[in-house]
Amino acid sequence: MSALEIRNVHKTFGNTEVLKNISLAIDSGEFLILVGPSGCGKSTLMNAIAGLEPVTAGEILIGGDDVTWRTPAERDIAMVFQSYALYPSMTVRQNIVFGLEMRKVPKAEREEAVARVADLLQITPLLDRKPSQLSGGQRQRVAMGRALAREPQIYLFDEPLSNLDAKLRVEMRTEIKKLHQRLGTTIVYVTHDQIEAMTLADRIAVMRDGKILQLGTPDEVYNDPADIFVAGFMGSPSMNFIRATLAGQPGSYRLSVDVGGEQPLVLPWPEARETPALIRHVGEPVTLGLRPEHFSEEDARLGDQVEGTLLNTTTTVVEPTGADLLLRVSLGDSEVTVRLGPKSCVVAGEPIALRIDMSRAVLFEPETEQRLA
Amino acid sequence: MDNVIRRRTLGARMLRAGLYALLLVMALVYLLPLVVMLLTSIKPLEEIRAGALLSLPDSLTFAAWIKAWGTACTGMRCEGLSGYFMNSMSIAIPAVAISTLVGALNGYALTKWRFRGANLCFALLLFGCFIPFQVVLMPMARTLGWLGLASSTSGLVLVHVVYGIAFTTLFFRNYYVSVPDEMISAAKLDGAGFFRVFWRILLPVSGPIITVSVIWQFTQIWNDFLFGVAFAGFDSQPVTVALNNMVNTSTGVKEYNVDMAGAMIAALPTLVVYVLAGKYFVRGLTAGSVKG
Repeated sequence: MSALEIRNVHKTFGNTEVLKNISLAIDSGEFLILVGPSGCGKSTLMNAIAGLEPVTAGEILIGGDDVTWRTPAERDIAMVFQSYALYPSMTVRQNIVFGLEMRKVPKAEREEAVARVADLLQITPLLDRKPSQLSGGQRQRVAMGRALAREPQIYLFDEPLSNLDAKLRVEMRTEIKKLHQRLGTTIVYVTHDQIEAMTLADRIAVMRDGKILQLGTPDEVYNDPADIFVAGFMGSPSMNFIRATLAGQPGSYRLSVDVGGEQPLVLPWPEARETPALIRHVGEPVTLGLRPEHFSEEDARLGDQVEGTLLNTTTTVVEPTGADLLLRVSLGDSEVTVRLGPKSCVVAGEPIALRIDMSRAVLFEPETEQRLA
Repeated sequence: MDNVIRRRTLGARMLRAGLYALLLVMALVYLLPLVVMLLTSIKPLEEIRAGALLSLPDSLTFAAWIKAWGTACTGMRCEGLSGYFMNSMSIAIPAVAISTLVGALNGYALTKWRFRGANLCFALLLFGCFIPFQVVLMPMARTLGWLGLASSTSGLVLVHVVYGIAFTTLFFRNYYVSVPDEMISAAKLDGAGFFRVFWRILLPVSGPIITVSVIWQFTQIWNDFLFGVAFAGFDSQPVTVALNNMVNTSTGVKEYNVDMAGAMIAALPTLVVYVLAGKYFVRGLTAGSVKG
């Protein structure tokens, strides 16, 4: 039985359709992340699950019960909001017990819940303070504590980290992950940050324009994207999309990329990644997707022992991030981003030799933007 | 010290001195009527007749205040303003409380439980702020008669509540718009219903706007004369009507000191409210506009 199941949910505001036939199901203990650019409908979907907004059509089931027309209070869910939404007139303790109090939980049990949650989140010294006396990170913890006190079936997190500064965000991210591993709770988490999605999720639903484009594990979404949008949205720096022409036949497909010179760059397509669809696109333009880490610096000592095609080009920009070196190199009349190790000594404007690893490359249909191989 | 860097030349300083002198004179002019009232009210009648309006009293006396409170004649009766003062209190206090509470509920419903037509509803309520008192006199008289509340304190309370709701709703609606919706959503998820959210979450953060509403309504209702003179019975007249009767009485000697003392007594409650809560008034009016 699924902890949460969404069946053919539609939502319209006036004439605009915000959610278009959304269906998904997650198991108990799963961490689902809804990710997408702003306006993709992820927050609307979250509000629909919470019961804060009615859906136009479709059903929502929590723990097997149809809750589509139940009020938020009747759904056995807890939510952590982006602005934390703490009650300013109450102390931290009162904030945490409010939900239990409304549900008429006996006082002794309430005290117990506060102690447990405060201990878990290390907020015991803050219990008698007002939210206005807390820092951003502390408020975040209290907001999570309020959700955890009730032990509902599903936790909803609505961009909970986006109001924190960069360092704190990474810390809290780890903490949420630890918490999930320890408590085994079912979580639905909305974010527009693809790194949060990759690091936290058991499964990711990438959304755009009210539709789920792909629902899969972080590995699937990253390495096996369903279309150009998903491929470009997940990963930073983003995937390089290169115009190419498909040639050859099953068993020996090739891609030729115009690099400005007399001879095009020819990249053999790995046999292991062939699909039956390719045969219909021979001789036609396709979009080749290569992630920055699919490039590596040519090492003369290894020679031809390494897999991959050699590419001689020039660097236009060098961006050292500390851990990595990001390069912009020219490829014909366009540029691609390349990620190299920090020890590479590359100078902008100088020629460079790179190896392209095609074993994880992906191919898309340029018109429909759908995946070909 | 104010927090401004300004030029320190002689000319600039002179200009500043001139500016302060002008402001001081204007303040004095503005305060003069109050000073005259106060001085007159604590002088014996003979000194007033001598004609020196601004001179300090030779012999200080509170007889006029005592008379205005307890024995001055208001029309036929000579029991002073005390009874009418209490009438005003028993009109103003419930009317202020009810109109503030209803305004808060309206503002809450209009902003946090948005229903179809909420904006139209608010626009119509807002329209109520622009209806002059005189326009409703006749229809209101009929309504009070029909309800059996004519010439009663409850009738006056009703009139003031009805008239005040437009303003209090406006205050609370604009204040609650700036309260984050997520806070209400969180309370709903926690299991609180319409009234629980209002009592436990919203009212505790409404301090500034409650102050605004109370000051505004109290001043309006306490100072009202027209509704008081039109709808009050003989026993429920507010202090403003009684003051008018006392000052305009055509019998006997004109006791300026008693008149002034009476006017001061009638104005005192609103003054007290302003002094006690005035700073919250400004704070409440600007709350939300600058808050981050």
